Amino acid sequence: MNPSPIHVEMTVNDRPVAAWMPAHTTLLTALREHFSATDVKYGCGEGVCGTCTVLVDDEPVNACLVFAVQVAARDVRTMAGLSSGDDLHPLQRCFLAHGGAQCGFCTPGMMVTALAHAESGGGSGRDEIREALSGNICRCTGYVKIVDAVEDWMTMSDDVGGAA
Amino acid sequence: MSTDQPVVTPTEPDESTQRSDRRAWKDSPTSGGYLGVSVAHHDFVDKARGTLPYADDWAMPGMLHGQVVRSFQPAGRIRGIDVEAARGVPGVVAVLTAADVPNNQLATEASGLGLSVIETPILADGVVRHVGEAVAIVAAETSEAAEEAAELVMVDLDATDPVLTIDRALEDGAPTLHPADGVVGSDASNVLVDWRFARGDVDDAMAGADVVVERTYQTQRVDHAYLEPEAGVGWIDANGVLVLRVSTQVIEHARHIARILDRPQNRVRVIGTYMGGGFGGKEDMTVEPYLALLVDRTRRPVKMVWSRQESLQARAKRHPITMHYRTGATNDGRIVAVDLDVVGDAGAYPSLSPRVLFAAGVVGAGPYRTDHVRVRSRAVMTNTVPCSAFRGFGAMQMTLGYEGQMDALAHELGLSPDEVRRRNFVDKGDLLATGEDLHTAVALPELLDQARARLGAPAEPTGPTRLVGQGLACNIQPYGRAVYFADQASCWMSFEPDGSLVVRAGVPDLGGGQAASLAQIAAEVLGVDIDRVAVHISDTALTPLTGGTFATRQLYMSGNAAQKTALELRARMAPVAADLLATTIDDLSFTAEQVVGPGGVALGLAELVEECERRHVSVSHLGVFDAEGGDFDPATGRGRTYPDFTYGVHACEVEVDTITGRVHLTKYVAGHDVGTALNPMRIEGQIEGGAVQGIGYALAEDCDLADGAPRSMLFADYLVPVANELPDLDAFFLESGEGKGPFGARGIGEPPIGPAAPALASAIEDAIGVRMDRLPFTPWRVLDALAAASRATA
Repeated sequence: MNPSPIHVEMTVNDRPVAAWMPAHTTLLTALREHFSATDVKYGCGEGVCGTCTVLVDDEPVNACLVFAVQVAARDVRTMAGLSSGDDLHPLQRCFLAHGGAQCGFCTPGMMVTALAHAESGGGSGRDEIREALSGNICRCTGYVKIVDAVEDWMTMSDDVGGAA
Repeated sequence: MSTDQPVVTPTEPDESTQRSDRRAWKDSPTSGGYLGVSVAHHDFVDKARGTLPYADDWAMPGMLHGQVVRSFQPAGRIRGIDVEAARGVPGVVAVLTAADVPNNQLATEASGLGLSVIETPILADGVVRHVGEAVAIVAAETSEAAEEAAELVMVDLDATDPVLTIDRALEDGAPTLHPADGVVGSDASNVLVDWRFARGDVDDAMAGADVVVERTYQTQRVDHAYLEPEAGVGWIDANGVLVLRVSTQVIEHARHIARILDRPQNRVRVIGTYMGGGFGGKEDMTVEPYLALLVDRTRRPVKMVWSRQESLQARAKRHPITMHYRTGATNDGRIVAVDLDVVGDAGAYPSLSPRVLFAAGVVGAGPYRTDHVRVRSRAVMTNTVPCSAFRGFGAMQMTLGYEGQMDALAHELGLSPDEVRRRNFVDKGDLLATGEDLHTAVALPELLDQARARLGAPAEPTGPTRLVGQGLACNIQPYGRAVYFADQASCWMSFEPDGSLVVRAGVPDLGGGQAASLAQIAAEVLGVDIDRVAVHISDTALTPLTGGTFATRQLYMSGNAAQKTALELRARMAPVAADLLATTIDDLSFTAEQVVGPGGVALGLAELVEECERRHVSVSHLGVFDAEGGDFDPATGRGRTYPDFTYGVHACEVEVDTITGRVHLTKYVAGHDVGTALNPMRIEGQIEGGAVQGIGYALAEDCDLADGAPRSMLFADYLVPVANELPDLDAFFLESGEGKGPFGARGIGEPPIGPAAPALASAIEDAIGVRMDRLPFTPWRVLDALAAASRATA
């Protein structure tokens, strides 16, 4: 029941991290409990709600569905990595300006999913944004203001020649 | 999203219902410039940054992990519980059962009028009454050890005949869940509460009606599905106080927890975290009693986080309600009588069911005038997961019925649905079933006009197997607690010497901007820059109590308390400013960090604070707001019920796929009268989010049970709406200027969830020609309706 722990290393928001953990530790648990990334949330543990979404080498992943060892030595990005110090990322500023967060619990997954959508060349049309965010559940906003925020940010990004 | 230009009319409080001191401060001029501005607050910045510490983001040194052991059976007698194997798991520190709970009977009397006292055990004691009921709790060094131990707790259960439906519960000879004599299976009733409201002579009026429409409507059990599962951490602090830092809508549960532990009430402290959603699901206690028991026993910090699956199985749901309506009207579409029978499934324990079915009954006839009305509203107990508070609280379920009746009347009389509504809308001064009058504006005609205009003409179907339809629905939703609870909220404000302001109030914030509203109101009244207002909330030890965040009561209660506190503090400091500026207090305005007198002479707030302190004029103040009181007599069903109501009109367009049965929502318009808009962006957010919850409830969400157990405990099977299933909602609001909140605002938290289901029922009927009276309107039910319609015409 208690196999030997294994050593897992990765990069979280450009910060190299490492810890001993049981081999069955999910990436979600590793991030929250071993690497202090509590901005990544547990919502369902089934890969349904999307709030634990993080970027692993720029690909959006449900952190509850992969083991930490599967992403060993890889580059993990979370919402908290968007801002530096007091400076908010433009996407974060758009969420604030449009009221894209109410309770804020889906926000980490929403933002990194939007980021991945833009970085992978996704379109800034509202339907394209809706499609991209359809794996992330929000129970508070009805999505309108989230789509407003992402659309605003992507349009702004287009203006300056490419996303983020 | 666009919003309309405010149509602000001055507030004219009704003399009979306003206390004199309230008028005095309510009419005071304010000048901070924050009214009607979409301000963000620090908590939203922290949410965007990912730094806000929610309940599960907290840890304490040496913390244990707690786990609840739950029943898999809906009903049975407990012969014994074997905890030895569980105790033997390495790392397990405690396994507790009913015998370990100092006071295991929590008396719940939710009616507020002494109608339904039934004791609810914290851990099942001798009897199990629903699947998911807590039987034992475990604390261990790791969550894995706690889970393993929980699975090894052996409950020796003698299964008994479960009561799984309302029909069965009401049968003669059905087993009784909570017999007064303690004998399960006695002849006592499973009816928890039986409210009756009546006015006029319904039988006589119905007999004289030109038309009578009679239908039965049924709603389903649904889950709040907030993104943050129930969570908290507990510990004992240096003063010997048991502290719980939990995601809760009600910190005042600290008193219940003290009773359970047999501790003095000042030795339990609850700190409420910013919640990842609540919607009523964190209004009853969730993890609190279990955490408290484990901390009390182990003397170590304990964390408990429920899994999503556990939350779906065991946490209280929305009541499924069956409602039978008979509505009589004249040939010109005027309602003459409503006869209504409402039955809600309370599940196995009372929770807040008496209040939920009260609300259902009070507004059961809808926002329509009728001189003859008779309402019976019952909560019935079954061996199913308890039902309790959920946004809309009984009142929202009734929209399916009263709006269905309006459409049925329109159909019967050959009138348009809008016209039938217009001819019957209540107005200020009209009476509810309880005989009480409505004492603020009713903007339903204006809302209906706007909603219809915004919806526009229907689109053409996108394919030959698709049918397009439009629908509209209205609602009336109370805000504030029932008046006989004599509600109260307190708030504390204090200036620092640098002129910045501290606000303390026990308000839990569930994401609706509750803390931000306090900052906005304080900044408006006192002229402080909103960024120089620090708000401390939700702590029974450090913040004055406001009551919980439920019943759309916080803007009304803590908002009024904040406004009153700020005005009283200003009134105390104003004479000092007047003295320094050589003017009178009537000529001062508090704005932009200054107190300004005639001719622009001004004094900085920091200077005023300094001068007040020099003169021993306190710059701290505790303000207390008392809600309007009133009496309700359950014997006659007459009296006052709620402080006020919020009204709304939603309209939508759907395209029904006749091959798959799927309802595609293509347009949605939602409008409410908010009295006065304090923060337009937050209001739109409430309307959009509420409407989408209503849409999910209408089309898909269902906590379906089989033999008393969930058919699925997977979140994958609980179909919450996602972004690509929805159109851009068109949310709008009107400002009648008449509401009971600060500056004439009305509550807007719960109201927007109400109209979605009947609006969709109406649109589907418009498309396929069949009215659906049972929620949710799944593809299978739509196909059944289409098949029934084609058989009928064949």
